[in-house]
Amino acid sequence: MMQVLNNQESLWYFLPELALVATFVLIFILDLLPSIKNQKRALPIVAAIGVVFFLGLSVYVQQFPQALLFHGMIVGDSFTDFFRLFAGVSTLFALYFSVKSKELAKVKAEYWALILGIALGLPILAASNNLLMIYLSLELVSILSYVVVGSIYGSRASSEAALKYVLYGATASGIMIYGLSLLFGVSGTLDAIQIKAFLLSHPMERLPLFIGLLMTMAGFGYKVSMVPFHMWAPDVYQGAPTPVTSYLSVGPKAAGFAILLRFVYTALTTHNGADFEPIKSVDISGLMSVFAVATMTLGNVVAMWQKDTKRMLAYSSIAHAGYMLMAVAALNQQAIEGILFYLSAYLVMNFGAFGVAQAVMQESGTQDLESFKGLAKRGSKGSLAALAMTVFLISLTGLPPTIGFVGKFVLFSAVLEAKLYVLAVIGVLNSVVSLYYYARIIKYMYFDDPLSEDKFSFGSRSYPVLITFLALATLALGLFWEPLSVVVKNSAHLLS
Amino acid sequence: MEHFPLLTFITFAPLAGMLLVALMPKEKLNWIRWSALLGTLPSLVGAVILFLDFDRTTKAIQLAEGPYKWIEAFNIHYYFGVDGLSVTMVILTALISTICIIASWKITKQVKAYFVLFLLLETGMMGTFLALDFFLFFIFWEVMLLPMYFLIGIWGGARREYAAIKFFLYTMAGSVLMLLVMIAFYLYAGTFNMIELQNQAIHLGPLSGEHFRLLCWLGLFIGFAIKVPVFPFHTWLPDAHVEAPTAISVILAGVLLKMGTYGILRFNYQIFPDITVDMAYWMALLGVINIIYGALCAMAQKDFKKLIAYSSVSHMGFVILGIASFTSEGINGGVLQMFNHGTITAQLFLLVGVIYDRAHHREINGFGGMASIMPKYAVWTTIAFFAAVGLPGLSGFISEALIFLGSFKTYQGLTAIAVTSVVFTAAYMLWTLQRVYLGKENEKYKAFPDISRREALCLLPLAAIVLILGVYPKPALDMMRVSLDGINEVLLKHGDRVATMLQSIP
Repeated sequence: MMQVLNNQESLWYFLPELALVATFVLIFILDLLPSIKNQKRALPIVAAIGVVFFLGLSVYVQQFPQALLFHGMIVGDSFTDFFRLFAGVSTLFALYFSVKSKELAKVKAEYWALILGIALGLPILAASNNLLMIYLSLELVSILSYVVVGSIYGSRASSEAALKYVLYGATASGIMIYGLSLLFGVSGTLDAIQIKAFLLSHPMERLPLFIGLLMTMAGFGYKVSMVPFHMWAPDVYQGAPTPVTSYLSVGPKAAGFAILLRFVYTALTTHNGADFEPIKSVDISGLMSVFAVATMTLGNVVAMWQKDTKRMLAYSSIAHAGYMLMAVAALNQQAIEGILFYLSAYLVMNFGAFGVAQAVMQESGTQDLESFKGLAKRGSKGSLAALAMTVFLISLTGLPPTIGFVGKFVLFSAVLEAKLYVLAVIGVLNSVVSLYYYARIIKYMYFDDPLSEDKFSFGSRSYPVLITFLALATLALGLFWEPLSVVVKNSAHLLS
Repeated sequence: MEHFPLLTFITFAPLAGMLLVALMPKEKLNWIRWSALLGTLPSLVGAVILFLDFDRTTKAIQLAEGPYKWIEAFNIHYYFGVDGLSVTMVILTALISTICIIASWKITKQVKAYFVLFLLLETGMMGTFLALDFFLFFIFWEVMLLPMYFLIGIWGGARREYAAIKFFLYTMAGSVLMLLVMIAFYLYAGTFNMIELQNQAIHLGPLSGEHFRLLCWLGLFIGFAIKVPVFPFHTWLPDAHVEAPTAISVILAGVLLKMGTYGILRFNYQIFPDITVDMAYWMALLGVINIIYGALCAMAQKDFKKLIAYSSVSHMGFVILGIASFTSEGINGGVLQMFNHGTITAQLFLLVGVIYDRAHHREINGFGGMASIMPKYAVWTTIAFFAAVGLPGLSGFISEALIFLGSFKTYQGLTAIAVTSVVFTAAYMLWTLQRVYLGKENEKYKAFPDISRREALCLLPLAAIVLILGVYPKPALDMMRVSLDGINEVLLKHGDRVATMLQSIP
């Protein structure tokens, strides 16, 4: 039986998060000092240092034995450790791109603090074991996200996106908490581990359980942008500041998958050795398969018609959620590894793609996809941007030799292992569809003539360096991914 | 390391050449061209060494490099090797690539990018033929797509963008099915090693079940059939071939199409011999449809290049018919046809390129009397055309005759239909010859210069091979025979299935 720690003992496991909280407070205090307030770069740098501390402490706490923390509210296991690192790294990228963003030139201290707040919520969400904790951490991430989406001062689009996000979010979380209450009503407990124990010992009426689950899925589905709870994504992605969009598509989405996996694998499946078996009364695999097919097909098909860069990337991110949902349906150890791997791949390639898109959109002043036209012909920086974007796009399509291909490979391995052959075929055909709209950007960049004669510029010296680094990482990890697969393998152990 | 890694050298020398080209200053066009040629020559030299050193008496993998561990956690290896099936293809690739660099000399648009992509493509092609680890194979297979997409899409004709994306989408649709089969091998046989996979004893779990094997076979077959292209997956080909620049059409027809049939022989035949036997009749039927349909389409074309493109569909059908016949003649003829089609069609596309460079159109009816305006050009054309028709004494005849000999033993009816294509082929080829080269001279083109030395240099080696193999095919057949007979024997081991299959033929 797993060790359950009390509040005081648990604090040691919570050191990384405490570092984030401290930085969060520190930012507001520093903001009161006039000398700091006038330094535009000071606060994001403080925030980044805080995140680096968070990452360091996350590595430090990995040595502790896995345990249930705070009387079983959250879990300290290698899975949590993985998502701490994931949250930290993606927050660093978000901070960097925010600093370089023209849209966010006027933001004040609270923006940086709120980003840290989201970063705090991500690992807690990934670690939650208690229904209440799941809800609270989900709301922590969501509510802060509403605010940062609306952080372009004086922009109607940004405010509209924030409002839409709030409305959809409130609805989804309302449905979710009702679902959670049904689960509680059926099982009499909020603890995921005990829910499983109860379900095993009391084979019961399926209907209330199923309805409760379906409503709970609304909350998870909303975070990972699963069809039919995806409708916020295109509008929010389009209106939000680009760095926020890229952050939302990586960080909170990953945390959403983390809690979805944790909940499904802890509460709804039994496991002996490496094999998982769904609890008899719920066909969770079938349910997730349906969601997966709907999500990836809708995402890919609708993405083909988009003319707005961020909207297209929004639908593409819905499609990628669909691929990962396939693996959730697979219910095996490989699926957990596959999703963790795919998320890591997605982090690299998606921040890369958004990074180039941000530079292009800032330079042209429009979000129109056609602003990519002729990018390759606009000087050396232009051809660098086009080349890097091509790497990210073929990686998103899932072609070798890129990390996106390896990600698809491990995901589909899990799906085939689970003998979900039809699902796998639908999945690969979807990736062919995705080629169509990703290749269109490549076509714009290389085949078409530029709309402006000016040489392209990233607007900063470090920007192209980071983009180059991400492109090289996409390729290098596509050929030598053993280290990453080892990390993922060690992290894919859910405590149950 | 036991020996000089010749195969790695052949594969990655163009990549080194690519870096060399990339380092050249953009304005120095001739430097770029010469360094591209320099980048491709080592592979040609390597191919010559391979031709001389290749042991013709064994069907085993030769000059193997590896398997070296690459991704240990997934049992993926770096493994190169060559046998009678791949050796002719490697030589063909090296030869065609070098010729295409020379044929691309007059490219003026973004010269540097063109050669960079071309050399990357060459590495992809070589690797595809030489890799013996499925994962490695797949990477090379896919690495070819992007350069090809650019080469068609940037340097192609009027509808280049449409043709490029169509090629990309079709090929990717096929390769994702291959990806699923590859994963199935990984899960149920535990290896990507293409030689180990031939051992049926390691096909465990679902992979030993009849239906699952058939699905896997189909996944692989569709993936390769798109590349060949087998009817009804051929519709990308006329677009891609017509829109691509001359040298790229040559590569497409000369090398890329062969990857489809190579893949069928390497994967479908050797890993699923039992299913291959079951499906052989259908393969042969598709082959015959290709032959007849391709020939009829070719006859209807007004565009010179499109005509050649459809003739490729027809000629690749012979390969499918030959290898589906379970006879030594058929399978040897089939692979010889792969090689011959590579050399003959390459010439045809080069010849179309010559006239297009001068007239800037390809309307067959828009010429006339070219033989008297460009007499040397007419001689080269005649050799290539008659080789394509299958005139005895030229190489095309040998392979087609072998295929008919082999397939007649197995499928009398289908072969009888296929033989009629000889008439169609002669019809469209000779009719074209007549319309373009004979008849009244077209006044507009009176001033055309005859074929240049560079253009003749491209055609010379190919024409020589066609003439030599036409009277003395032994050098080519010797290289492939032992390996191919080995593949055929494995098929014949499923004798009971062969008998059932033959009985069920309508």
